[in-house]
Amino acid sequence: MFPELNSILNSTPDSFKSSDFILVSDRRADASFLIHHYLSFYLRAGCKVCFLGLVQSFSHYSAVSQRLGVSLAQAREKGQLVFLEGLKDSVGVLLQEDTSQETQPLSYVRSPGAGLEGLFRFVECSMRQSGDGDAGESWGPPVLLIDDLSVLLSLGVSVGAILDFTLYCQATMCSELQGNMVILVRCEEEDADDVDEEGSNLLQRGLVHQCNLALHVEGLPTGYCRDIHGQMEVWWRQRGENIYNQRKIFHFKVHDKGASFFARGTSSAVL
Amino acid sequence: MAAPVSGMAGSTSTGNATSFQKKPRRKLVSIPGTRPSVQNGQLLVSSGVSSLDYVIGGGLAVGTLLLVEEDRYDSYSHMLLRYFLAEGVVCGHELFLASARDHPDEIVQELPSPIVDDVAGMKISEGQSQPSDPENPDTMKIAWRYQNQPRYILFLSCSFSPLPVPYHALLKSIQTVIRKEGFDGSTPQSKVRNVLRLGLHSLGSVLWGDDVCCKDNPAHCHALTTFLYALRGLLRTSLSVAMVTVPSHLIQNRAVMGRIIRLSDTAIALESFRGSEKETNPLYKDYHGLLHVRQLPRLNCLSCEVPDTKDLAFKLKRKQFTIESRWFPSMAV
Repeated sequence: MFPELNSILNSTPDSFKSSDFILVSDRRADASFLIHHYLSFYLRAGCKVCFLGLVQSFSHYSAVSQRLGVSLAQAREKGQLVFLEGLKDSVGVLLQEDTSQETQPLSYVRSPGAGLEGLFRFVECSMRQSGDGDAGESWGPPVLLIDDLSVLLSLGVSVGAILDFTLYCQATMCSELQGNMVILVRCEEEDADDVDEEGSNLLQRGLVHQCNLALHVEGLPTGYCRDIHGQMEVWWRQRGENIYNQRKIFHFKVHDKGASFFARGTSSAVL
Repeated sequence: MAAPVSGMAGSTSTGNATSFQKKPRRKLVSIPGTRPSVQNGQLLVSSGVSSLDYVIGGGLAVGTLLLVEEDRYDSYSHMLLRYFLAEGVVCGHELFLASARDHPDEIVQELPSPIVDDVAGMKISEGQSQPSDPENPDTMKIAWRYQNQPRYILFLSCSFSPLPVPYHALLKSIQTVIRKEGFDGSTPQSKVRNVLRLGLHSLGSVLWGDDVCCKDNPAHCHALTTFLYALRGLLRTSLSVAMVTVPSHLIQNRAVMGRIIRLSDTAIALESFRGSEKETNPLYKDYHGLLHVRQLPRLNCLSCEVPDTKDLAFKLKRKQFTIESRWFPSMAV
């Protein structure tokens, strides 16, 4: 969890908005550090988290979360965290060895044209199972984290199917269960000539209209800099009755135990 | 994994006044040819070219995928692949090589031999391309070429797979090797742990049955990306390292290339000057091409190795491949 980001977004583990859909996107940069932030944030807040880890292994997230002060292994044991090991289990599914019920969520690997219903059922099932822990602990509102959604496009799933999936998730998580959703989408470079019919840009545009808060990470427009790793645009969008539509750009630098955010031009390297 | 060495149990009996006892040192099982990274403790292997190791953060992490975008005539990328394999031979790693163009045995015959530094005054052999005789032929895993596979394997893997047959068969073959030789930890304790180096040449080219390089809207546009995704999943669960070369200059669709890069861990691109107007440009007279670092991985940590400069050029002098900063060649990269 990054304290500076908490103050920018005006939220803490003790008080944060519910029924929130947060879209994290990047273009030619890596926004996965924000996913690590949200993972540790919601675990600290005591929420029940369903994490779809589609591009990295559990040990990777575990190692980073350790540095941020949260133990994923413990959370998983207690039942607070449900982790889908997408990357490692997909090989078995692809080579058609594992046709058991447990690999139903990953059925899109084998048949990408069939949609993401299996994945949605997995999410729904794990989120509705609250209060089933041994100690009878009741967790806070449920949270869904996805890292990252655009890899499904590389596996052949269509943009329409992915948007359907997110719509179902939003209806269940945010509206029905009053929980939150954080999704990472990685975009391509905008090509003026190429109209990207079935691409991640289309997916990102579709999702940005559904979300409440959009964080977009890019490299600096002036080029590569060693001390400032990029810029992040925060777009506060519609929230219930109020329509904010406010945008702000911050510069950031990622280091070993966190990330620091500062207003444009105020990096310590410059001042 | 690590059996703690029993502490100095005899220290109290030697009549020492202090009651301090030496902490039992854990004996780490060390695999030949690997070393832990300075930054985050990852297990690294060398790519065979020391200046490339420096540029990508000390070496290739075990369990990751290195993507090399080929130069136009596949001369330097092929050389990098051979260096990678040769390093594996020298370190005693197991090798898995797949190529659809050249027969893997031919590639293996032409691996560069190591540069020997002998203080006794022997002439330094600058790694001439001689047929290298591996001292122990058993350490070389069989090179695989899909066209020579017996027909029944192709038959089993044909239906209901999003991957075209050659990729499916290749993936299955890699998984079989990893399982059989126990790189995923399923061996009995008696076998010494070793690293498997996978060299996959020119994936995406037409010879692999893929049309992503020859069409604007290929029928198999997700074949290579699905394969790379599954390959990375396999690598993460085993002690192996893969180097994949892709003829990116033939891929028309830039979006697909972007996805391929994001699906790998480390990605570099070689741009050779041969045949282009840069060959006669006096600015580049010392070099044979440019090296672009497209992506560096963040493994088990938030931040990644941030390079000093992104302007890198390479040159090949008497079979030694070096990478330098374009503007300050005398300074360290």
